[in-house]
Order: sequence, then C-alpha cells, then structure tokens
Amino acid sequence: MRLKRKDLLGIEELEKSEIEQLLSTAESFKEVSAREIKKVPTLRGKTVINLFYEPSTRTRTSFEIAAKRMSADAVNISVSTSSVSKGETLKDTAKNLEAMRPDCIVVRHSSSGTPQMLSKYVSCSVVNAGDGAHEHPSQALLDMLTVKEKKGRIDGLKLSIIGDITHSRVARSNIYGFTKLGAEVTVCGPPTMIPPGMERLGCRVTTDMNEALRGADVIMMLRIQMERQKESLFPSVREYSRLYGLDDAKLKGAKDDVIILHPGPINRGVEISSEVADGPYSLILDQVTNGVAVRMAIFYMLLGGTREEAQLK
Amino acid sequence: MNRLVIKGGRLIDPSVNVDGLFNIYIMGGRVGTIKPADRDTTELVEGAPGLEVIDATGLVVLPGFIDAHTHLREPGFEYKETIKTGTQAASSGGFTSVLCMANTNPVNDNASVTRYILDKAKAEGTASVHPIGAVTVGQLGERLTEFGDLKAAGCVAFSDDGVPITDGTVMRRALEYSKIFGAPVVSHSEDPRLAGAGVMNEGAVSTRLGLKGIPNAAEDAMVARDLSLAELTGGRLHIAHVSTRGAVELIRSAKARGVNVTAETTPHHLTLTDEAVVGYDTFTKMNPPLRAREDVDALRGGLKDGTIDCIATDHAPQSAIEKDVEFDKAANGIVGLETAFSLAYGLVEEGGLTLDAIIRALTINPSRAFSLNKGSLRVGSQADIVIVDLNRTWKVDPSRLKSKSKNTPYGGRTLKGVVIKTVVNGSVVYDATKENS
Amino acid sequence: MPWRDLVKTRAAMDGMAIERAIARIAHEILERNKGTDKLVLLGIPTRGYHLALRLQKKIEEIEKVTVPSGAVDATLYRDDLGIKKTQPSLKKMDIPISIDGKVIVMVDDVLYTGRTIRAAMNALMDFGRPLAIKLAVLVDRGHRELPIKADYIGKNIPTSAREGVKLHLEEVDGVNEVVVTEED
Repeated sequence: MRLKRKDLLGIEELEKSEIEQLLSTAESFKEVSAREIKKVPTLRGKTVINLFYEPSTRTRTSFEIAAKRMSADAVNISVSTSSVSKGETLKDTAKNLEAMRPDCIVVRHSSSGTPQMLSKYVSCSVVNAGDGAHEHPSQALLDMLTVKEKKGRIDGLKLSIIGDITHSRVARSNIYGFTKLGAEVTVCGPPTMIPPGMERLGCRVTTDMNEALRGADVIMMLRIQMERQKESLFPSVREYSRLYGLDDAKLKGAKDDVIILHPGPINRGVEISSEVADGPYSLILDQVTNGVAVRMAIFYMLLGGTREEAQLK
Repeated sequence: MNRLVIKGGRLIDPSVNVDGLFNIYIMGGRVGTIKPADRDTTELVEGAPGLEVIDATGLVVLPGFIDAHTHLREPGFEYKETIKTGTQAASSGGFTSVLCMANTNPVNDNASVTRYILDKAKAEGTASVHPIGAVTVGQLGERLTEFGDLKAAGCVAFSDDGVPITDGTVMRRALEYSKIFGAPVVSHSEDPRLAGAGVMNEGAVSTRLGLKGIPNAAEDAMVARDLSLAELTGGRLHIAHVSTRGAVELIRSAKARGVNVTAETTPHHLTLTDEAVVGYDTFTKMNPPLRAREDVDALRGGLKDGTIDCIATDHAPQSAIEKDVEFDKAANGIVGLETAFSLAYGLVEEGGLTLDAIIRALTINPSRAFSLNKGSLRVGSQADIVIVDLNRTWKVDPSRLKSKSKNTPYGGRTLKGVVIKTVVNGSVVYDATKENS
Repeated sequence: MPWRDLVKTRAAMDGMAIERAIARIAHEILERNKGTDKLVLLGIPTRGYHLALRLQKKIEEIEKVTVPSGAVDATLYRDDLGIKKTQPSLKKMDIPISIDGKVIVMVDDVLYTGRTIRAAMNALMDFGRPLAIKLAVLVDRGHRELPIKADYIGKNIPTSAREGVKLHLEEVDGVNEVVVTEED
C-alpha cells in the first residue's frame, strides 16, 4: 500500500484508490487518538517542518499533533510574508530548509501554487496545508472521512458547498474529492463569489440557496472573510447573512437527516447561526477530531518506505 | 572599404515584393547592388582583402528584424540585462533594430537618459537601438515629458509601457501633442482597477488554479478608450502587446474608420494559452497575461488581415530574484528576442499564416509604424540583413541564451527556423556557425 | 488459490490437526494459569486474531467462561517501516478492557524471526502494565532473530530459511491447513 507520489499537493491529482486508502488508514488512526497513551513509534527519527506563511492555529496544531502522535519531531516555522528578508527567494528558503534534512515539509501559503513550487525545489515530501484559493487536501480528506463515518458512504450522496467559492481552496479540494468518490456536488453563492468556468471542475453551480439546500445530504458552509466587503463582493454582512447564511428557517428546506460541515473557524451569526452550528446536524467538532487522524494517515503514507523508492514515483 | 557579398540565397522582401535567388553586394554598410543569382556574372577574387563572401545557398535572406518592444533594462537594472547583452540577444534572434522602453531607472523621460542609452548602444551594442521616451515624467501619469527634447535626442516614440495611463485627459494631451513630431504614442492599454491583483488570464484555468484573474475587459475597455482618443485627436496611436479578441475587433473597426492606429502582438500571445500556467511556472507570468485559445486565434486572424501590424517581443528580462518566488509575487515578463522568429515561423509551418505575413510583421511594418526607414532591402538602403535556415530546428536551452536573464517558458522546446547570420550596417554581428555547440 | 500454481507446497497440518492443537493449547493455558482468572486473549491480525477467537471458544467449552479477547496490531511498531518499499496496511486494534494486572496471552499463527512479537509487545505496553505476557503460536518454524520463545506451541515445523510457512483458516481463506511452500 502506498501513494503514487512523494508529495500531497492536492486532491485533483489523486486517484480514487489513493483517496480510499488514505481514508481507511485514517479510520485506523482514530484508535490511536482514543488511547490513554496517544503515541506510536512509527515515525521515530523523522522530522516534519510545519512552514506556515499564513496564520492558522487550527491546521498547524492538527498537523503538529498528528506528527507527534506518530513520534516524528515537528518543528513549527511561522513566517509572516511581509517579514521575509528582501533578496531571499522562495527557492533560497526551500534549499535552506532542505539542508537541514527534514523528511517532510508541511506548507501553508496565501499564494496559490507555492507547495507545487516548493516540491520542485526539495527532495523531501511536501504536504499542502492550504495554498491560496487553490487546494486544501487534508481538509477535504477529513471532510470525506466525517461524511463517510456518518453516512456510511460517499457514493451517491449530494453535497452542497455554500459561500465564497472564488476564494475557497476548501471548496475546490472537496469538489475533486467528493466527485471522485461518486458524490454529486453543487456550489452556491452570490455571483460575485463564483469564478468563471466553475462547472469545469465537475460541479453544478447555483446562486439560489434554497435550491442548494433542497435534497442535499451534506451541507458545507464556508467561512466568509469580512474584508471581502471592501472588494464589493457583497454589500453588507447583514445582507449576506440574510441571503446565504444558514439558520433554522432555511434548514427547514433540507433533508431530515442532513449533516452540516464547516471548515472553521466559524463566524457565528454570519454564514451560520449559533443554533445550527451547535445543533444536532452539525459535525463541526467531529471534523476537528478527524483532522488529526487524516493527517496521521498522510504522514504514514508519505513518510514510510525508502526515500529512493519514493522519488521514483 | 569593407565589402560583403551574400551569394545564392533566397531573398524575400515583402516591402518590394521580391522572392527569388539573388546575390547581394554590400559596401560601406549599404546595399550596393542586388543581382539575380542565375544572371550574375561578377567574378569575385577569393581572399581579396576586405572582401567577405557568405554562401547563402539553401538559406533565406531577409531584411533585418525590427523589435518594436524591448526592455533593455539599462540604466538601472543591469543585473537583469544591459544594452550590451540585450543587443547581443537581439542579434542572435535576427533583430537588427530594437526599440527600447522607457521604464528604466532613471526613467527615460529626459534627453540625458536618451543620450546615455544611445551612447552605450553605440559603444557596446550589436544592434541599432531606438529609444522610446516616457509619456509622463517618471511614468507617473501626470505631467507630459518634453517630447521635443526627447525626439531631438533620438527617441522614436513615447510610451509609459508597464504603467497604464489611467487619466484619459493625459492620454488625450499626449496624442495631441505628439502630432507635432509625428511620433506614435505607444499605449499599454490596461485598466489597472479591472486587472486588480490579477496574475493570469481570468477564466476556467485561473479558477482551477485558484489564481486571481485579469479579465479581457481590462484590456478591451482601455483599448476602446485609446481608440476613441486617437479618433478625437487624430493623433498617432500604437497599441502595445494586444492580447484579447475584443481588442483585435476594436482595432479592426477603428482601422476601417480610418483611425491612425497601429498595433503589435507578441510571439507568446500568438503561441501559448493560459493552459501554460498550469504547474505555476513563473515564466508563464506576464502582462498582459497568456489568454484563452479564442484570443490566440483572433490574434492570428488579426495578423493575417493586417489588423495587427507588428510582431514585437516585449522582451522583459527578469532575474531569479523576481522569478524564483511565489507566483503571486513573481514579476511579469519573459525574454523573447532569441525565440521570436522561430515561434513566428512555427505559425507558418502550422498553416494559417504566410511567410510573407510574418516577415512583414517583423520588418517593414514596424519600420513604417515608427518611421524608421528600415525593414526593406533596396539599393542604397542600410545593410541590415538576417540569414535564416527554415529547414533546421534547434532546442531552446535557456543557459545558452545571450540574454543575461533566462526567463523563457520555451526551455526544452524544439523550434523550427534557425538564425544563421545577422548583419548590421554591413557587418556580421552574429554568426551561428561560430557559436560553440 | 493462485500460489498453488506458482510454488511447490507440502501440507504440514490439516484442519483436524489444527483443531487438536488449539484444543491442547487451550487446556495448557487453563492448566498453567490455574483457570481463567485475569486471562485475556489478544490475537495478532489477521490469522492470529481468528486463532484467538477459536481459543476463546474452546476455553468457553471447557470452563463455561468467556475470556475477553481482542486484537493487537503491531504494524505501527514494526522495525522495518523505514526500509520496506511500501507501507503495510493498518489492521485491527481492539483492546477490549484495561490490561493492567492481566495475564495476556498473545496469539499468532507462525512464529519465525520474533520481530512481530517484539512489536506487538511494545504496542501492548502502550495500553497498560499487564501482570504477564504469554505467547501462543500454532506453528514454530525456528530461525529466531530476537530472544523470544513461545509458551504454547501447536507444532514445531523445522524449515529452511528459503521456505515459507502459511496458515490458512476457514474464516479468512476458506480452508483450514498449514502448508510449507518451497520459496517464501
């Protein structure tokens, strides 16, 4: 059992069988986190660098815990993009990190494509922890795991992703993942937040929230960035919330056994009301738990095996 | 006096409708006589002092190419390119004249900078350099530069290329005022607000890659404005690096109305689409961005029907500091002088464009657009000549480019059409057979 | 069974022999443990786990007591993860009760180098502090690489290192047998 690659850069490039392997491995890893002693020696002596150019306590902590539960040494590097010294290129940074012989670099960056570029510069594994508006593969995997646990399957389900699609890497990764596993995906948001050619990613597009909710088995709400208001993407938080926020009233149009996901952190009362976020349909905290298991599975699948072999792809 | 004879080549000069085997006799930097090869009985004394004979049998002889849009980077950015390396790149690409843009440091917005460039070019250059002066002081888009001074110093046109002139009145005044000198205003037509923080073409590919897009409308809207202003003022407008189908259509109809406009597009906009950005290679990042297939087709159509006059390289050298960085942060531009001809010739090989059309776009058309009195081989004209082999191919190896910068998206590509020799003012400035292979 | 076509095999135990061995081991465990007190059976997946379940059933027949049983997956504790070409799939980990103060009988199919048992013991230690860990195997084929010895052995089958020993169980493979293959 192995992934056909040295890096995890996105869901788009994964084969269905690879996604299934990652999910079943993650299911096994949930048991480790449930133990009294939450640590296995599997990755003893491996070094994981968490290179975060964008602040993200949640994702970084999840990767860090995952690495540590597998006995890898995790080092966190937070870089504020503005403080990168002038004259040092991304390639320089990559080469310097590589000289310290890490086994894996987990990278988060506000600029799309940075993990791809990094992976060309280093020989160790690169895991994309979210790049710009491109992909967030570990998030999609944990979402798939959460849905699979709750619904027992993904094939044949209807997923609606609602919010700022344009700027969402979570949406893109989930569209690829869920459609590869046989689900039907609809994205929904104001036209200002749906980029051109979205359908070509394999999803349906609507601007009508009620249509997106009707018949959905899974609803995924996306976080709205308040600063998008300044870009004229929506006139006011109040209006956005009224049109595209999920509350009890709108939820009445959904299925009785619908489940609700949110990649977090949530804006209570904006894209999701508190009643819904804390209500019986919400699996937001299960997602967080599953995040650690999924990231352990990613490390297990990428960091095992001999390095030479892995480089052959 | 040195003499040069180019024997037995197929001379193609669309400006005078010549296509046939000719011997060309060059003396004192000028074309002396041109004789049909089969009726030429001149006997040359082999090894005579000062006589050089080039056997061009099986090769094609053309007027030297003219690049209407080059960034030589000097003064100010010598780590990217110098006048010396830039003109060497031009020579190896078959360009005998280049028009260099004003966005240097200091900006070429006064005669002393123009003279500096020309002095440097004279001392170190291997191609003729024609500076383009800035339209506004410091390219700030506010106050017009002294067009008269710049023209007198040697500028052939005015442009704030790299920075769109957003103030319509400034653009209007520039088009009006330049009429005194008959020099075109070269417009980088882009609405910067519409382009926003975009880093590539807006479309399905940018959506997939999660990169911010620049809509075609950012170019179309500004081209429409500039054409209106040219119509209003009767000024000479040249639209730089046209990239959209909308702009092609706007220029086509403006020309039909008699607006005094010329336009250029680049080899990369003619040959690559935004699909090339997949993989996030920063060498595919340029402004205007690589567009969709429909745009590429429209540009080729525009070149075919004469809507687009020139193929210009927009040669924009960038170093590793600008390119080995995140895609969002990377600087725009690619080097183009050394691949331009082969890429253009590739369009002929593909079908759809004639050899005649691309030669015009590289020679007589830019000469006319900028009143250079070049791009044509007649008795008495300046002996700027390029000899090419249309049957040979070459593989683009960035490390072997003459340009100081290696930012080409064509690395590793095999292209057809090889520049064999480049002659400027009667002297061979580039000889492929003398390059280390 | 495709392996039959590929390599020469010889049967070393049939279904009856396996049943008799399990019955004997069950009696021995009860005898030495003086009953079922504190006893927990943990099989090493995949076939060791099914053997543990069979032992549990046999003990139940004899003592009318259901001994807790489960699975201990040693995969994450293996010493060859960094040198194998591919990652082994994770198996079932199922420790049903606290193992503190318990007598654990680990059950595996074939005892060979001892490395799996080492890994399984390390895994167990992460779950608590048993009173004792015992080892029951259906087959001991020799060639130990670690100082590990089985407490209960179904059958000793001397082999050469080039040979392989495979247990097939009805629950997994549809047939009960132990075969020795000519090449591992």
